[in-house]
Amino acid sequence: MNALLRHKYATTAIIWALLLTVPAWLPVFGGYTALAGRVLVFGLAAMSFNLLLGFTGIMSFGHAAYFGLGAYGCGLFLKYVSASTPLAMLAGTLLGGIAGTLFGLLLVRRRGVYFAMVTIAFGQVCFYIAYKWDDFTGGYDGLRGFARAALDFGAFKIDIANNSTAFYFFILAVFGGAAVLQALLLKSPFGRSMLAIRENERRARFLGLPIEKHIWLSFSISCFFTALAGSLYALLNNFADPLGLNYIMSGNIVMITVMGGMRAFWGPLIGAVLFVALQDYVSSMTTNWMFFVGLTFVCVVLFFPRGLMGMFQKGART
Amino acid sequence: MFQVVMFNLTNGLIVGAFYVLMALGLSMIINLSNVVNFAHGNFLALGGYFAFMLTPYVGFWGALLISPLLTAVVGYAIEQILIKHVYARNHIYSLLLTFGLGFILQDVCRFFWGPSPLPLGIPDSLSTPITADLFFITWYRVFMVAVVIVAVTGLFAFLRYTRVGMRIRAGTLDLDTVSALGVNVAALRSYNFAVGSYLAGLAGVLAAGQIGLNPNMGDDLIMPSFIAIIVGGVGSLTGTLLGGLLIGVAAALTTVFYPAASEAVIYVIMAVVLLLRPRGLLGEEGMLS
Repeated sequence: MNALLRHKYATTAIIWALLLTVPAWLPVFGGYTALAGRVLVFGLAAMSFNLLLGFTGIMSFGHAAYFGLGAYGCGLFLKYVSASTPLAMLAGTLLGGIAGTLFGLLLVRRRGVYFAMVTIAFGQVCFYIAYKWDDFTGGYDGLRGFARAALDFGAFKIDIANNSTAFYFFILAVFGGAAVLQALLLKSPFGRSMLAIRENERRARFLGLPIEKHIWLSFSISCFFTALAGSLYALLNNFADPLGLNYIMSGNIVMITVMGGMRAFWGPLIGAVLFVALQDYVSSMTTNWMFFVGLTFVCVVLFFPRGLMGMFQKGART
Repeated sequence: MFQVVMFNLTNGLIVGAFYVLMALGLSMIINLSNVVNFAHGNFLALGGYFAFMLTPYVGFWGALLISPLLTAVVGYAIEQILIKHVYARNHIYSLLLTFGLGFILQDVCRFFWGPSPLPLGIPDSLSTPITADLFFITWYRVFMVAVVIVAVTGLFAFLRYTRVGMRIRAGTLDLDTVSALGVNVAALRSYNFAVGSYLAGLAGVLAAGQIGLNPNMGDDLIMPSFIAIIVGGVGSLTGTLLGGLLIGVAAALTTVFYPAASEAVIYVIMAVVLLLRPRGLLGEEGMLS
């Protein structure tokens, strides 16, 4: 086993150990378990987004749309259809994922800034629909009037509705499953072709890769995972917020990814830790939180473009 | 009915004119520097607030002349201090940078001028309606459209007949060659950014006279401006002009018949354009695609 691989396994082991023991050590630092849940949700959203940005080299600036659609799909299902948590999550994931897949069809031929602009615009479409469709989505006030239901396995029940530790482990289980799937995806031949597109699109095309199809597929997969994170977010808050669909949320997802390090698998999760901590701290200290968040964005871009994980990686490019 | 349609049509033209001013500035920066300036709406707000500050001393007319110039100076300075460092990097960084910059500028406006809306006084001669029949069309509205026409004509003349303007156009087509011919590309991009900021500042003064000032007044204009650019075609300023007017008028006319869809319609137009003519109405094949 070479050093690099050993380093990788060690990182993964440490991260899992920390995540599994959160309820034991987080209160010591003055945190509460719901905060850790937020970290996992944003971390999953950003890791899913990073499949696109970090591993396919395509930048979307509209991922809040799929995150928000996941949240709304989950919430609407719980409110209007049935009080089943897993089915609601499935509904949210499908809603966001399918929307992303359809939008992706219009996107695949765009590149660079143009791609980003069109993704922003598509994101805003979803925002306006949620915002304007008052009687169905709750409009400006957001979607309320639903609550996550306990998991019922027939023989036994897990009360994720009231027991916050149980709910944390539920989020962690979903997060873990998604992370394993993403890691397998990146190891698969398809994952390798994503990297090839990132490194040199023209050469990958000459090698016979169907670039447009692969980018579309990668976009679609990324949207499904992001929507899954969104559905968890709705469960976490028992609330779906139209601002969760807004381009500002998209910016936050990008920021989380870059801050943590977009060339590292776990980078976005680390970014989510920083982001949630910053958000929690700054909004409790000052009303001018926008100034400080903006300043953080600017400083990260100018001084730490490789993110926290990138600082430990040799040869990572910006 | 005639009055309703006229009301919304003139409204649409005015809104469209704002989209055009905003989108032209954005478009110039995208074309030459490949940077989508998220903070453009905040430059607009800055222009408005500068006018608010200057009006007591130099009057509305003075403010109309000076505030866009001040906005251009601020834009130039910000380009020099922050934005020029990310030109060579992945696009994601310029997006994040201007995104964060927008946050900062918005809170700066809130800090200096307060979070509540402020009015900008306009001369009495401009606030009267032009006829009793069309009471909703004040001279101010006519004036706004006139200023936009002058500004757009001026911009196109600047790009066509001045040396800097010609270099900007050439740089849009092929920056490497322009650079190889000995033009200082870094300076060119800075001037270009200043011109874009000037247009945003001008739009800010005009908007402040119509709807007043608040720290996030530019937020509602930034998305339609993106769409104007996409619809018109990236790389073509005439396309941006056309796109801005088109979505302004389309949104306003939709208000007559189905108000709830007035914002949605511009996105529908964008989707249709992307489906049928992906490069945009006047965009060139292969431009940034």
